Amino acid sequence: MEKVMMKLGGLTCPSCLTKIQKSVEMTDGTADVKVLFNAGKVKFNLDSLVTSPDVVQNNIEKLGYTVQGIKTKEI
Amino acid sequence: MVKIQQFFAKYRQLIVTLMTVLLALAEAARWLGQMTVGYQVVMIIVGIIGLIPILLTAISSLQVRLVSIDVLVSIAVIGAFIIGEYNEAAIVTWLFMLGEVLEEITLRKTRSAVKQLDDLAPQTASVIDSDGTTHQEDVDFLDPGMHVLIRTGSQVPVDGRVLTGTALVNEASITGESRMVHKQVGDEVFAGTILENGTITVNTTAAGDNTTFGKIIELVDEAQDSQTKTQRFIDKFSQYYTPFVLLVAVLVGIITRDLRLAITVMVLGCPGALVIGVPASTVAGIGNGARRGILFKGSNVMDTLRHVDTVAFDKTGTLTVGRPTVQTLLVLKGDRQTIIDQAVAIERLANHPLAQAITNLKPRQELHPTNLQTIKGQGLRAQIAQQEFLIGNRNLVSDVITNNTKLNHELNRITHAGNSVVIFASADHTELAIFGIQDQLRPQAALALQQLKQLGVTRLIMLTGDNQNTARKIADDLPIDEFHAGMLPADKADFIKEEQTKGHQLAFVGDGINDSPALSVADVAVAMGSGTDVAMDVSDLVLVKSNLNSLVASFQLASQTIKNMNENILIALLTVLLLFVGLFVGYIEMASGMLIHELSILIVIFNSMRLIKYLPKLDSYQFLSPNNNLE
Repeated sequence: MEKVMMKLGGLTCPSCLTKIQKSVEMTDGTADVKVLFNAGKVKFNLDSLVTSPDVVQNNIEKLGYTVQGIKTKEI
Repeated sequence: MVKIQQFFAKYRQLIVTLMTVLLALAEAARWLGQMTVGYQVVMIIVGIIGLIPILLTAISSLQVRLVSIDVLVSIAVIGAFIIGEYNEAAIVTWLFMLGEVLEEITLRKTRSAVKQLDDLAPQTASVIDSDGTTHQEDVDFLDPGMHVLIRTGSQVPVDGRVLTGTALVNEASITGESRMVHKQVGDEVFAGTILENGTITVNTTAAGDNTTFGKIIELVDEAQDSQTKTQRFIDKFSQYYTPFVLLVAVLVGIITRDLRLAITVMVLGCPGALVIGVPASTVAGIGNGARRGILFKGSNVMDTLRHVDTVAFDKTGTLTVGRPTVQTLLVLKGDRQTIIDQAVAIERLANHPLAQAITNLKPRQELHPTNLQTIKGQGLRAQIAQQEFLIGNRNLVSDVITNNTKLNHELNRITHAGNSVVIFASADHTELAIFGIQDQLRPQAALALQQLKQLGVTRLIMLTGDNQNTARKIADDLPIDEFHAGMLPADKADFIKEEQTKGHQLAFVGDGINDSPALSVADVAVAMGSGTDVAMDVSDLVLVKSNLNSLVASFQLASQTIKNMNENILIALLTVLLLFVGLFVGYIEMASGMLIHELSILIVIFNSMRLIKYLPKLDSYQFLSPNNNLE
């Protein structure tokens, strides 16, 4: 399992938050998804056997948001 | 499709400006030149430009099974095109996009205080390699044990100990006190502080997120997105609200056969102000606190703090400074200044809190004691210029001085006044003095406690491990309602639990070192002075500046922030009410509905912004002024 934090561009509408939350949740192999509205970050746990941060990043970018940086930590 | 979306996101401001100009031109053409056809064409163009990004976002929302506001607006605008209301379509998309741009700008402002703190975090460090050369390295990749070079004017990048060199360091970012601290070999330095003068090399003990400053930032970062119960409810509610509005709009359309009315309902369907109002207040309130060294772990802490009726204090380091100082020096025999010179010289060689208090006195000459002897649990014996001196407690001097009733009487008197005593005596009986040493109250402690009472705290309690005499002396000088002395850390925790079962809401204020049991059971755990990891972990509220004014400010800021949230919720609900009443009375149309909707969002953001500037009314000027007025 990995703990992933992605820094997004500034979030301005709360519906972006829900959208990103749902998008990450719908990606297989993710759990404990938390989107931080004011900090503009999304945090989640990721099962590296099932998926990779790139897949999640791709899904977020498909929604029209930019991912500015990714930090991962083995847990 | 992603490309187009990103293009629109990137050039949003430009596109909105373009739309604004086109709209202005179209209106001008209509009024001045009666060019109705031209007007309609421009409106169609603006409508389409505006619709593209909204529609794309709507589609991507639907892909993750979310009926977002974009879905509603897209349907409404397409509907407006179908019934030929091109100007309505154009104005609605323009307002919607303009709203987004303004929200982005204003929200950035409400988040600015937290952002500033983030920006203070050091990014890189000059690491000294084994061959003596240095290279720049990202602080996240540094490990404990690495040696780091820090020069004048730069930021200390890590927590560590000074290996070589001396420096003047401004530690305001950690202690909240803007003064220069002298650092020499062996001293601790903290990441995020500024090296004002000097050059030092430092052995890293912690880097990146593990530093004290990193932890402060992490705490605030988490706090700005914390949620109160109300907000969790709103979030749940808003997820169902938008699809509900869509359903209502469809029903309205079917029943009334009025497409116009149906699409108007859709535009009104976003609870924007409701959803954005509370997080905007949270980030502004948390940011305001962070800027003045008041670190709330979350908005829920603010909510709880408002309901606190009892505040329990640890004594040492909380109500008092935590640094004992000499309160009285009673000279029974000998010359006062000579005694000070001798006592300071001897105590410099000791390592005891009471000895430190004595060494803070000003000697007139430097003396060099020899033959130093430590007598465990009693004190010191030493020689200065062949003369033998004793400095310590009663037991130490008992074999030199027996049955001195004057001494015994004075010792009892000084002890009774809440002092710890140190006796100084020369073996030849020519000099005899008593040092009365006391931990001092924090400046303005009494005023701060009084203000807490004015803010609605009904009981102030002191819990201390010290003896009854010392505790009573401190309590007498303060507006404290009750005190309990001789308490072990576990007793304090039990006391708090017992009060809680009686229905009280308690805040416990401690310096965090031995207070963790009490802190972990209190409703609001307040740690004074940062720097101890334990305190940061178990507390709900960290006061970086070790003063009681910060505590008063916390109470004020908490109630102000929660009040601001409630105002925002009220504004949002009133807007929805206004819109729907307006709709059914017939005053609200699609464009005006969107205008009111966007305005309400901006109003709640502006309302939150007041919190950034909010100044708890207790700066030193007001504290010192005789008519210290809270209102």
